[in-house]
Amino acid sequence: MEKINDKMAKLTIKRLSPEEEFPDLSQHNNHMAKVLTQDMYTKLRDRATPNGFTIDGVIQTGIDNPGHPFIMTVGCVAGDEETYEVFKELLDPIIEDRHGGYKPTDKHKTDLNPDNLKGGDDLDPNYVISSRVRTGRSIRGFCLPPHCSRGERRGVEKMSVEALDSLSGDLKGKYYALKNMTDAEQQQLIDDHFLFDKPVSPLLLASGMARDWPDGRGIWHNDTKTFLVWVNEEDHLRVISMQKGGNMKEVFNRFCTGLTKIETLFKDKGTSFMWNEHLGYVLTCPSNLGTGLRAGVHVKIPNMSKHAKFEEVLKRLRLQKRGTGGVDTAAVGGTFDISNADRLGFSEVELVQMVVDGVKLLVEMEKKLEKGQSIDDLMPAQK
Amino acid sequence: HDALYCAIWTFSPAISRAKYCHSVDLHFCPHDLMYPDSADYPDLRKHNNCMASHLTPAIYAKLVDKATPNGYTLDQAIQTGVDNPGHPFIKTVGMVAGDEESYEVFADLLDPVIKERHNGYDPQTMTHPTDLDSSKLKSGKFDERYVLSSRVRTGRSIRGLSLPPACTRAERREVEKVVVDALAGLKGDLAGTYYSLTHMTDQEQQQLIDDHFLFDKPVSPLLTCSGMARDWPDARGIWHNNTKTFLIWINEEDHTRVISMEKGGNMKRVFDRFCTGLKEVERLIQEKGWEFMWNERLGYILTCPSNLGTGLRAGVHVNLPKLSKDPRFTKILDNLRLQKRGTGGVDTAAVGSTFDISNLDRLGQSEVQLVQTVVDGVNYLIECEKKLEKGQDIKIPPPVRK
Repeated sequence: MEKINDKMAKLTIKRLSPEEEFPDLSQHNNHMAKVLTQDMYTKLRDRATPNGFTIDGVIQTGIDNPGHPFIMTVGCVAGDEETYEVFKELLDPIIEDRHGGYKPTDKHKTDLNPDNLKGGDDLDPNYVISSRVRTGRSIRGFCLPPHCSRGERRGVEKMSVEALDSLSGDLKGKYYALKNMTDAEQQQLIDDHFLFDKPVSPLLLASGMARDWPDGRGIWHNDTKTFLVWVNEEDHLRVISMQKGGNMKEVFNRFCTGLTKIETLFKDKGTSFMWNEHLGYVLTCPSNLGTGLRAGVHVKIPNMSKHAKFEEVLKRLRLQKRGTGGVDTAAVGGTFDISNADRLGFSEVELVQMVVDGVKLLVEMEKKLEKGQSIDDLMPAQK
Repeated sequence: HDALYCAIWTFSPAISRAKYCHSVDLHFCPHDLMYPDSADYPDLRKHNNCMASHLTPAIYAKLVDKATPNGYTLDQAIQTGVDNPGHPFIKTVGMVAGDEESYEVFADLLDPVIKERHNGYDPQTMTHPTDLDSSKLKSGKFDERYVLSSRVRTGRSIRGLSLPPACTRAERREVEKVVVDALAGLKGDLAGTYYSLTHMTDQEQQQLIDDHFLFDKPVSPLLTCSGMARDWPDARGIWHNNTKTFLIWINEEDHTRVISMEKGGNMKRVFDRFCTGLKEVERLIQEKGWEFMWNERLGYILTCPSNLGTGLRAGVHVNLPKLSKDPRFTKILDNLRLQKRGTGGVDTAAVGSTFDISNLDRLGQSEVQLVQTVVDGVNYLIECEKKLEKGQDIKIPPPVRK
């Protein structure tokens, strides 16, 4: 280093002030931009998690993606479990705003006992085309996708695959690493609608979670193709239970059984999922905290979806609509993806119950509208 | 309370695996102790770029725990090459520098990469000549029946501030401030105006688009994966003189890109203005205590190792309908040390028979030498075209001195 001149060394040691570093958020509309003040930035800038994740890492995606006037994105991510502690001052108000007033002192209830779900096995398959429940899990001790090293990501993959390989019965299955799959395997996974690819959304890319693609990424599914796990996409694990038709109870049973088994396998290896009694399951995006659960159906409701009160009904039922291509897609021909809007502050059973009860009601309303009848007497109360 | 979360405040040039830690000087990251270097070594088996060709596990292990004084690490430098495996026919560089010191701290990897990319130039033993005396250029006025426009570009970095892949928002704003202040001091035919990307009006934006001056957020994953597009469009902008012949991009892929251009074939005048403008800007920043990143080993320091030395690309848009269809065209260009591109720039196809022809080399020869190469080469190409028009045969020239 002696070849580098004095002037250079002096200038690089200088630390620029937090005022000079503060991002320009004047054009921005996301939760992070709403909450982050100069004072907060000044304070948080002097911290790092034990893994070296800093405030700039947390907020980069929100700076690079100003957002949309109608759609409020979160605008920040966690790089590890400790992010939610170290940067509390920023994340607590974001969590409160995003999750319907959830306070820093609130406790989140986890309930993965499928016996507590009432009904749900008889959604009308003439309307409900398919049923699905997904969540995410993070493995304690590893950094999350925005910040993990290649070694950690591979460690997550190795540990997950070992755990999944020991599943048996109707959960027995196989892992397909993205970088090793054959063309035939790839085509099959595409045909099954299982294959995930490198994210293109700048919301995800700007956080750094697509680094080193496709290293350490893969898809595991059981032989009957009803239980699927994504490894190292936006989260360490995304766990999906799904099947054609309206038997949400069976989907949820499998979901809970599978998750519980996987968790036991991880505990046997001396680790566990990231979880605490305030935030529930800890995931990369603050929007997925708590249950990380999205239970949904693809349902044919062409009449209901054109009804003036459709949005109001969904709001009261605490449900959300999406196109059948997933988030940010449009509905095709009156078929919608209907799922729970909440993630945190309600248990898994409670959320799936809302979907089951709500979809049942939507189908009833659809049938009435088909017959030209009014749905006014079916309007639900706000949940 | 903060002490629980902050690591030790020891400043150390060689710090272990501080990821994206611009503002915190970490002494060590405990979780790094869990993984051997081999667990983090990238899988480069499907890769075809200079970084992948030279990053052995041994070099990785040697460099991975080092960082520059700004905290920039090897993993950051190579990220773009890991994320972009490359193309079997086009070999990209596959790594970037985050600051001036990257070229020293990671020399064990960068030197062989530079050597491969720059035709055997060995940074350990050779020196790079800088020569911005445009009066030395011979000829330099092309036949305008063939040459439509002439252009010379380079880049300059401000010493003491990190480069676009690694700079903080404040450093980037500092670059903008330093350069814009200096440009405000330009006079005569160099006097001009700055248009910040954040603040330009719709009208200004439209005018810049019409002039083909406006640059936008990069979409190429080669660039975005290095982190240089962070915080867009903060502190990015375009400056140009009133006659629109001297243009500067601020905080795109480099701190500055400097462009001199004109319609027609007067490469001499373009190069004159280029050299005058560059020297003036340098004088103006020196008045305020700043300077450009330069050393005699590598010449001008820029983000991409491919742009070291002169960082210079001198080129023309030239019509060569007959020559471009001749099977010897590629070999002729090779021997003249020239490169063809489409008129949309790198990675575009030619439209009709109009090509962008420019120098291949950047490092190891001076600015005057490279522009002379383009002048001599383009004149030769025009001679070939004229011969073919008359039905005469052409010759492949002997390779020019490399």
